[in-house]
Amino acid sequence: MKDFIKVENVSFRYDSNDNANKYVLNDISLNINKGEFVALLGHNGCGKSTMAKLLNAMLLPEKGKVFVNGLDTSEPDVSYDVRKTVGLVLQNPDNQLVASIVEEDVAFGPENLGIEPDEIRRRVDEALKAVDMYEYRAHAPYKLSGGQKQRVAIAGIIAMQPQCLVLDEPTAMLDPKGRDEVMATIKKLNREKGITIVLITHYMDEAVQADRVIVMDSGKILTQGSPREVFSEVELLKRHRLDVPQATELMYRLVGMGFPAESLPLDEDECIDRLSKILK
Amino acid sequence: MLKDVTLGQFLPGVSPIHRLDPRAKILFLIALIVFIFITSNYISLALVAAFIVALVFMTRIPVKMYLKSMKMILFIVLFTGIINLFYGRGEPLVKIGFLQITEAGINNAVFVSVRIAVLILASSMLTFTTSPTDLTDALERLLKPLTVFHIKVHEIAMMMTIALRFVPTLLEETDKIMSAQKARGADMESGNLIKRIKALIPVLIPLFVSAFRRAEELATAMECRCYQGGSGRTRMKRLHFGKADLYGLAACLLVLCGVIICNIFLPATVR
Amino acid sequence: MNIIETENLSFVYGQGTPFEKTANDRLNIQIKEGEFVGIIGHTGSGKSTLVQMLNGLIRPTSGTIRLEGTDIWQSPKEIRKIRFKVGLVFQYPEYQLFEETVEKDIAYGPRNMGLSEGDIRERVISAARFSGLRSELLSKSPFDLSGGEKRRAAIAGVIAMDPDVLILDEPTAGLDPAGRDVLLAQISQYHKERKNTVLLVSHSMEDIAKTADRILVMNKGRAEMLEDTRTVFSRGEELERMGLRVPQITKIMSGLQKRGFDIPSGILTVEQAASVLAAYRGRSL
Repeated sequence: MKDFIKVENVSFRYDSNDNANKYVLNDISLNINKGEFVALLGHNGCGKSTMAKLLNAMLLPEKGKVFVNGLDTSEPDVSYDVRKTVGLVLQNPDNQLVASIVEEDVAFGPENLGIEPDEIRRRVDEALKAVDMYEYRAHAPYKLSGGQKQRVAIAGIIAMQPQCLVLDEPTAMLDPKGRDEVMATIKKLNREKGITIVLITHYMDEAVQADRVIVMDSGKILTQGSPREVFSEVELLKRHRLDVPQATELMYRLVGMGFPAESLPLDEDECIDRLSKILK
Repeated sequence: MLKDVTLGQFLPGVSPIHRLDPRAKILFLIALIVFIFITSNYISLALVAAFIVALVFMTRIPVKMYLKSMKMILFIVLFTGIINLFYGRGEPLVKIGFLQITEAGINNAVFVSVRIAVLILASSMLTFTTSPTDLTDALERLLKPLTVFHIKVHEIAMMMTIALRFVPTLLEETDKIMSAQKARGADMESGNLIKRIKALIPVLIPLFVSAFRRAEELATAMECRCYQGGSGRTRMKRLHFGKADLYGLAACLLVLCGVIICNIFLPATVR
Repeated sequence: MNIIETENLSFVYGQGTPFEKTANDRLNIQIKEGEFVGIIGHTGSGKSTLVQMLNGLIRPTSGTIRLEGTDIWQSPKEIRKIRFKVGLVFQYPEYQLFEETVEKDIAYGPRNMGLSEGDIRERVISAARFSGLRSELLSKSPFDLSGGEKRRAAIAGVIAMDPDVLILDEPTAGLDPAGRDVLLAQISQYHKERKNTVLLVSHSMEDIAKTADRILVMNKGRAEMLEDTRTVFSRGEELERMGLRVPQITKIMSGLQKRGFDIPSGILTVEQAASVLAAYRGRSL
C-alpha cells in the first residue's frame, strides 16, 4: 500500500505560544509505504525524535497534517487507534519497561487495549518468540543485558500488533553485540511479519541496511533515496557533519585521485571486490 | 553492595506456597498477623510459630534467605525486647539500680520478640514466593470494593508496580553515582554526622534528577502503549481460588480454633 | 618509564558465595608514562572492573597495582590521593552533575583536594578549555546545558583534578557523529598538550584507531594483548574470535591483502588507505 503514513507540510515547535521559539520541524513532507524499511538519519537536534512522536500522535503538528492509515492524527479521539497502528520504541530500554517480570511487561500494552486474557497470553508468547526472548519470559528485566531489554521493549510493542514500528535510536545505548541483536530483530520483523519499520539512528552501518534512507537537517529533509543513492553524496553528508561508511569514503577519495568512477560501495565486501577488479 | 537486600525480594519457585492465589496469600498473611497478636500464652504462641515455620519449610526456599532478612530487623527485635524486659509490673526478680526485671517483664520481652520475628518471617514468605506484579495485582483486586469510596485503587497498585520495578534500577544507579563522586574525591566514610549528610548531596541530587528523567520517559512509553488508566483494562493472568487455597484456608481456621481454645482454657501469660 | 604496573592483579565478585565470578584474572600490565592506550573487549570482559581498580575505587582481591612504583594500597587511608592522580570518567558522566553552576561542579574535585580558591579557579578555567566548554557556560546551571555540553562539563570535572593518568570509559557513547569527532579531537589535543597518560575504553574500533598508541585487549577477565595499535588490528581474526572487530578500513585492506595484493597490514585510517592504494595503482600502471 502506498502512502501508509503521510506527513504533509508539517511544521512543529515546542511551546507554540512563545513566538520566539524556533521551529523544530519546518514545512516537512514525507511518505512511508506499507512494508517499507526506512532509516531516518541526522545529528542530534535535527528533529528526528520530534518526527517519531508526530507519527504516533504523541505530538500533533502545529501546521500541516499527519495521516496514518488514512486517519488524521489531529482529529479528536484517534490517538488511541493511531498508537495501536504505529508503535514507538524509545532509546533507553530501562525507562520503558513497566513490570518486574518480562512476560508481564510485554502484556502491558495488550492489557491496556482490553484484550481477552487467553488472547493476551497468545500474543505475549508470540511477541517474545519473534524477538528471541521467549526463554527469558519469567526473568526480571534488570538482570538482562541492554540488547535483551531493548528486545523485550520491542516485544511489548509487537504484542499490540501494530502495522508499523518507529524506533527512536534504539541502539544508541547498547554495546556492539546488543546493537547486532536489535538490528537482526528489526530486520526479521520487517521481512517475516511485514511490519513497516522507521528506524531513527545515527549509525551509518545501520542505515545502510534499510530500503530507503531519509537524511534530515535543521527540521528539513536534506536528501533521500536508496542507501546507495544517499551515501554517494559524500560531499553533502560531510558538509552536514554526518558520517559515511569507511568503505564508501575510501572509494570516494580514490575516485578523486583518478580511480575509475562507478557507483560507490556500501560495505567492505563490495569495496574489496571493486578494488580488486581495479587493481588487477 | 546495596543490591544484596533480601527483604521484599521475589525468589521464583514451584513450591505449593508459590502456587497459591496471591490474594489468598495476602489474606493468610493478615490472618497470621492477627493470630500472632491475639495469642496470650506460650502454648498458643508456639502453635502459631510452629504453623509459620512449617509454611516456611513448605516454600522450599533456603532458610538462609529468611535469616538474612531477619538479620536486618534483628536490632529492632532486640531493642524492643530489652525495653519490654524492664517494663513489667509486679515482684522484681532482679534489681539493677532503678531498673528491675519482673516475671511479667520477661514474658513481655519474649512475646514481643517472637511476635516481631514471626511477623518478619511471614511477610518475607509472602514476598519471597509472590512476584511483585502478582502482589500488586492481588492487592488491586482485593481493594476493589474501596473504589466505592473514591479511592483510586488501580492508580495505587500501578504506582506500587512501578516502584517495585525501579527499585533495583535506582539502587544500581546510586552505586554508580557514589563511585563517580568518590572518583572525584568525595569522602563519604569519615567526619561527623553533619559532614556525612553533606557528603550525600552530590549523590542525592543526581539521583533525583535521574529519577525525574526516568519518570518522564516512562510516562511517554506508557502512553505509547495505550495506557489510559484502569478503566477498560484487562489482565493476562486470571487469578483463581483453587483447591490448594481451600486447604490453606482450612489450615488457617484450624490454627485459629487452636489459638482461641488455648486462650480460653489456659491462663493468659500476657495482659 | 612505567607509570602503572600491575602484578597478578585479580578481582573476584562475591567471593565465597554461589555467585562467585572472576572479573579480572592475574593481570600483568605495564603502561608507560605519557602514552595513549585504548582498552577494548566486549561487555563483561572485565574492562570496567580493571579501570575501577586502577583508581582505587575497588580493592583487588589479590595482586598489586603500582603507580609510579608505589603500591596504591600501601596505606588504604590515603586512597583518595590516588583518585586525584588517576582520574576516572565514568560512562554517561553527565548524570553525576549536581551543583548550581557548571563552574562549581567542575570545582568539586579540586575543592575535595583542598586547593586554594585561586588555584581552583585556575583549574576550572583550564579544564573547561581542555574539554571545549565555552567560558560563558560556566555560570549556567549544568541542567540547562545541551547533552554534548553536559558531557564535556562532566569530563572537565575530572580533568580539573589534573590527574597524571586520565581514564575515560566510553566517553562518546550516545553522541552523534559530529559530537563524537569533536570530543575525540579534544581528548587527543589534551593528551598532546598536557603530555599525561590517557586510557580510553571504547566499543568503537574506529575511535580507538584514530587515537590510541597502544591497545589493551581484554577477554574473559584476561589481558589477551597489549601492543601497538597497528599490530593489534592486523590480528583481525584473533579479535573476531573474541567477538571483537577491527575498523572497516582495516578489514578492507586486509581483505585485499588476502587476495594477493602486496599492501601493508594494520592500516588504520581512510587517508592512509587511500594513499597506499593510489601508490599501489601508480606502481602497477
